[in-house]
Amino acid sequence: MNRQQQLAIAGIAGAAVLLAMPWLFGSYYLGLATKMIIFALFAMSLDLLIGYTGLASLGHAAYFGVASYATGLLALRLGWGVGWALPAGVLVAGLTAALFGLLALRARGSYFLMITLALSQVLWGIAFGWRSLTGGDDGLPEVPRPDLGLPWSFADNTPFYYFTLAVAVVSTWLLMRVVASPFGQSLRGIRESETRMLALGYDTWRYKFAAFVLAGLFAGVAGVLYVYYNRFVSPDYIHVARSAEVLLMVILGGAGSLFGPALGAALIVLFENIVSGYTERWLLVLGVVYVLVTLFAPDGITGVVRRLRQRKAGQT
Amino acid sequence: MNFWAIQTLNGISFGMLLFLLAAGLSLIYGLMKILNLTHGSYYMLGGYVGLAVMRASGSFVLALLAGSAAVAVLGVVMERFFLRRFHLQELPQTMLTFGFLFIFADLALWVWGGNPQTMAKPPLLAGVTALGSLNYPTYRLFIIAAGVVVALMLWWFQDRTRVGAMLRAGVDDEEIARALGINVSLLFSLVFAMGAFLAALGGVLAGPIMGVYPGADFEVLLLGFVVVIIGGLGSLKGALVGGLLVGLLDNFGKVFFPEFALFTIFLPMALILAVRPTGLFGRE
Amino acid sequence: MSALVIEGLSRNFGGLRALSNVSFSVEAGERRLIIGPNGAGKTTLFNLLSGVFKASSGRISLFGRDVTGLSMHERARMGLARTFQITNLFPRLSVMDNLLIALQAGAPGAFSLTRRMRDQTVLHAQADALLNQWGLASIAMRAAREISYGEQRQVDLILAMAMQPRVLLLDEPMAGLSAAEVVRVTGMIRSLPREMTILLIEHDMDVAFELADRIAVLHQGCLIAEGDGPTIRAHPQVSEIYLGVE
Repeated sequence: MNRQQQLAIAGIAGAAVLLAMPWLFGSYYLGLATKMIIFALFAMSLDLLIGYTGLASLGHAAYFGVASYATGLLALRLGWGVGWALPAGVLVAGLTAALFGLLALRARGSYFLMITLALSQVLWGIAFGWRSLTGGDDGLPEVPRPDLGLPWSFADNTPFYYFTLAVAVVSTWLLMRVVASPFGQSLRGIRESETRMLALGYDTWRYKFAAFVLAGLFAGVAGVLYVYYNRFVSPDYIHVARSAEVLLMVILGGAGSLFGPALGAALIVLFENIVSGYTERWLLVLGVVYVLVTLFAPDGITGVVRRLRQRKAGQT
Repeated sequence: MNFWAIQTLNGISFGMLLFLLAAGLSLIYGLMKILNLTHGSYYMLGGYVGLAVMRASGSFVLALLAGSAAVAVLGVVMERFFLRRFHLQELPQTMLTFGFLFIFADLALWVWGGNPQTMAKPPLLAGVTALGSLNYPTYRLFIIAAGVVVALMLWWFQDRTRVGAMLRAGVDDEEIARALGINVSLLFSLVFAMGAFLAALGGVLAGPIMGVYPGADFEVLLLGFVVVIIGGLGSLKGALVGGLLVGLLDNFGKVFFPEFALFTIFLPMALILAVRPTGLFGRE
Repeated sequence: MSALVIEGLSRNFGGLRALSNVSFSVEAGERRLIIGPNGAGKTTLFNLLSGVFKASSGRISLFGRDVTGLSMHERARMGLARTFQITNLFPRLSVMDNLLIALQAGAPGAFSLTRRMRDQTVLHAQADALLNQWGLASIAMRAAREISYGEQRQVDLILAMAMQPRVLLLDEPMAGLSAAEVVRVTGMIRSLPREMTILLIEHDMDVAFELADRIAVLHQGCLIAEGDGPTIRAHPQVSEIYLGVE
């Protein structure tokens, strides 16, 4: 069996598990699976920047959170349905990313990290301070689940799971198209050597800016799904701690492949769920995980697997 | 009239605390290109340790020294045993400092609980001082004075001492520093210790007026970044001017537009980034 | 017509003057050799020409158009290509992908999100042709960082050639190569279309003098001599500071 067949079988098995999830697990675990899928999408969107373009953004929760707020507010205050509120939330995320990208992309390296972090924390401060609009640290409760006029209510976990899965599958397919396109190839070139790209005649700023906005848009999709999932949004959605968490998901899974970050996201969500059952010290555990991953698995799970595979190939 | 004078002095005293924070952030970045996300934690931990020492001994001076020194040791440990292994690799360094940020935040919450705590002012500084017709809290004047003293000492250190000259050479170009035979390894630890010490000093000094509380780490980290972005990375002058500017903007912002306080620092920051991305005093 | 005109070009780094008031022009189709001892400002000159650094003062014109204020990629788009003294490839990508990126730079749809890379059959055919032409087809699928140093230097050169530039800057293409590889690379340079203007920095004098029509000599950031091979060999200052020492 060659590698392609293996991958095809693994893909089919994965799809079967995802589709059969409501029958395999109870309602509680279905909710957890929904959250995993949402964060997988969020992590993949950041991977477009970190793994493909080589731009480490530390403020990625800004686009996730701003989309949550936009959709939540439109649904609560103006009664917009998902058909309008979802694209509007995604659009707001994209516009925010465009504005922040204009400011941050003038800088490089760790200066870029700092600017993205500072900009996102300012948004957090606004969400926290502008009580009349955002409810401050109480957030916005009771955001209604979407209603597509179908016979199944999205208030139930199973229909909402399929809704999330459908949106995530479409988004993943789009992301796969992006990274397989000439544009995606150019992003990899920028990651590997920006000076060479410039010397070849690429206007690298345009590519980086477009990647930044695209990553913001997909983070926005995840943010919209999450506000519907939780029926709630608070400043925590934008906080740098969330940006840091999604960064960990990307690195843990392995940056530079869409699958790795998705896996990393699923693992962190699962791990948080398990650990929170035993201790209140989740942040402490998370901090230790950061340090351990950095020291022992800097290129993530997919990187470890690749190295093992190469070693095995070397032996035979 | 009095209102303006008081608010201006409040802004300046807060700005001095930000200067203490940003000076280390800026020098550490300038020399090692490390974006130290744990810097806000140093401030917070300094406050907590200072508070504990103050309560145990009743001595404010001891609290200042112990809080700052303990955190300086912590900084050196982080630099020596963790960050050094990833020299000039921004992503691993970011991950590590994020990790420590979470670890310290949660440990502090565990040990000291979730409620904000206030440090008692030292009796000598507890009153008010008459400035013409104005009665102003002596402690805040003390903070301003402390900031000025630290600024002068840093200047003297950077401009007049051999190690300071090495530091300047190192900030300009590490290759040059190595070529000059400077022990970069020792210099790195020294600057890290200094940065952590100053941040913690700020944290202890802030104790009596702003209190010590969970979340202070993130809060001042953000303000520290804004200061450095406005002032320019690697520049002490930038840290001072930026610190005062952000202190004043933050203070007046909170007075006049409480809901949008962060906008008053966001707009200047965005403006600086758009017009002069290297900051007011940063090198091109 | 002059392909490249440099007038009073200077560049300072801090207090250091890396290039000082350099002026010369290169005719279209000329092969121009730039020589000078280490630190003479040769690579700085290339970095200024290609736009890596901005000039402190002076003017650069490409085919009569002032490009001094243009950015790196704009100059590349005008037909200026370069190689790098320190090999500058896309290390984790395959040699094939390296070439595809270079070929794609000038191709329609480089910014396209909707096409698929694997459907860019014209580019793939061009890349295959280049690799076959230079006998590198066997390493096409290997990561650029895993091939030998000599192969990396050749790929570096092919990336620049793939742009089909009008002016090509070659920064020590033979440095560190074996004798056999020097022959190969010399052959590659020779095979370039005669109308292509080439500026070459090279330390291997035998090869370099043979390839060049004219030679410019830099010393401590200044242009001290210019002329054909015999003129330069006979130039007293040049033999003193450079050829004699070598």
